[in-house]
Amino acid sequence: MTDTPLCIGFIPLVDASALIVAVDKGFAAAEGLDVTLVREVSWSNVRDKLNIGLFDAAHLLAPVAIASSLGLAQVKSPIVVPFTLGVNGNAITVSSALHTAIMGEIDGDPFDPMATAKALARVVTARRKAGQDPLTFGMTFPFSTHNYQLRFWMAAGGVDPDEDVRLIVLPPPYMVDSLANGHVDAFCVGAPWNSIAVDRGVGHILHFGSDILARAAEKVLAVREPWSRDNPLVLAKLTRAHARAADFIEDPSNRMEVSQVLARPDRIGVDAEVIRRTLDGRLKISPDGTMRESNRYLLVGREGAARPDPVQAAWLFAQMVRWGQARYSSEALTTAKNVFRPDLYGAALGQTAAPQGGEGEAIDAFTGPAFDANDIGAHLAAFPIKRR
Amino acid sequence: MTADSSFKIVIVDESPIRAAILNEGLRDAGFTSVEHISQMHNLLARIYELDPDVILIDLENPSRDILEQMFQVSRAVRRPIAMFVDQSDAASIQESVEAGVSAYIVDGLKKERIKPILDLCISRFNAFAKLQDELDRTKSALEDRKILDRAKGVLMKLKGLNEEEAYVLIRSTAMREKKKIGDIAQSIVTAAELLK
Repeated sequence: MTDTPLCIGFIPLVDASALIVAVDKGFAAAEGLDVTLVREVSWSNVRDKLNIGLFDAAHLLAPVAIASSLGLAQVKSPIVVPFTLGVNGNAITVSSALHTAIMGEIDGDPFDPMATAKALARVVTARRKAGQDPLTFGMTFPFSTHNYQLRFWMAAGGVDPDEDVRLIVLPPPYMVDSLANGHVDAFCVGAPWNSIAVDRGVGHILHFGSDILARAAEKVLAVREPWSRDNPLVLAKLTRAHARAADFIEDPSNRMEVSQVLARPDRIGVDAEVIRRTLDGRLKISPDGTMRESNRYLLVGREGAARPDPVQAAWLFAQMVRWGQARYSSEALTTAKNVFRPDLYGAALGQTAAPQGGEGEAIDAFTGPAFDANDIGAHLAAFPIKRR
Repeated sequence: MTADSSFKIVIVDESPIRAAILNEGLRDAGFTSVEHISQMHNLLARIYELDPDVILIDLENPSRDILEQMFQVSRAVRRPIAMFVDQSDAASIQESVEAGVSAYIVDGLKKERIKPILDLCISRFNAFAKLQDELDRTKSALEDRKILDRAKGVLMKLKGLNEEEAYVLIRSTAMREKKKIGDIAQSIVTAAELLK
């Protein structure tokens, strides 16, 4: 029997690691899959090539999978997610000037997102009074966790992300240069770009994404829904290969090897040492060499991170509603939740029962009421700043 | 084909040659209002300033994601823009993605009016890809020639051969080993470096 050929697209980011390791360490081949990885330059390309069938599967922003399924601002194409490639993994990096300004206004712990958000609000007010331009924040895509995490954070401090600052889309490879030349004052992006800004001496990591949301689905393995129905066995093999790869990545004794596999020029293409910092959750946060460690920085499979959780999909849909990208309806909510398919994950791994821990543990934001996926209207009512 | 010359078309492309090829094709077809943006800095601001009806962008350009921001309903957006191909036109989207071009249009423009533009772009993109391919092959032929000259030099110096004899030796070795002349030349140059 010959191997099943699959073409899978990815963006060079550390949270594509389960996919890359599944292919490059032979976990996919062991399942009888002959995978060709295609490195892409934009999320729009990944989405379109998946939708029209040039890719069989893709490393995708979790919110894009939902937006595609709902047909928001694009061709409608139902997507399903059998595997979550990464939970958390983003960071907010600010320019040295903005870092100084926020630290000058802060009242409390600089690692407390409420303290920094309130300090940001005071900086924004002072700039307005002085007649200065509004601050500009870069993020990776309109339908991105980066967009929602930035908005969630600053709105908590009283900053309206559409009125008080500018939020702009920037491709990740342009982030660091844009911060260096003053085109943006801050950005929210995944690894390795925050570390590269710190290494180049142009940025300070203000927050890990996990400071804002303790558990947030980030990138997913996405396939077209009709494809998943036509190819259930191939999908199970692909999911299993990813689960094996995630286990391999999470074993600390494999860290160096994994970092080197990911560092290759046709994969992520940055220093293995920078990638390793992300996997270890031990990041240099300031050009002066200050380090910060977190065991929640990026989860690739551990703590049940790989199992798609419909509550995560519901939270992302709630952000689309909060910021005017989607209109709420119970049908749309159901569609969004059905994108994340724990049943496909369970079938591939031979797990039928849900793991320990209820749905309420997802998200765990630093402020606001606990997220209730069944009452998004009431949940959003708790947040004063939003679009109508 | 009767072109609607009132359309304003913006080409976002960092390759000046491909942009010129596209521009020429569009003008030949009667589209007189064609602008080219080659710098990605402040891309959205420049697009809003030009206020185009159609935007064409190369798929290898990471700035495509920046254009997606125009879909968003926010303060900055004056004109909602939708990707050209709609739900019913899967063949067309596939053709354009395979050619490497993506088109965005101002919401409300009729598909039939945009179709000739996209078709023209797809054929021009394909023509450019062919040109690029030929250029790459010429370049690699040139590289091979340089390596061959260096390899001949090595043999002439080490074995006291003249240029013709050095070439014959490389060629006969390539034939015997069933390899390319360029590969044998590369091996000689590499070996010479190691033995220096």
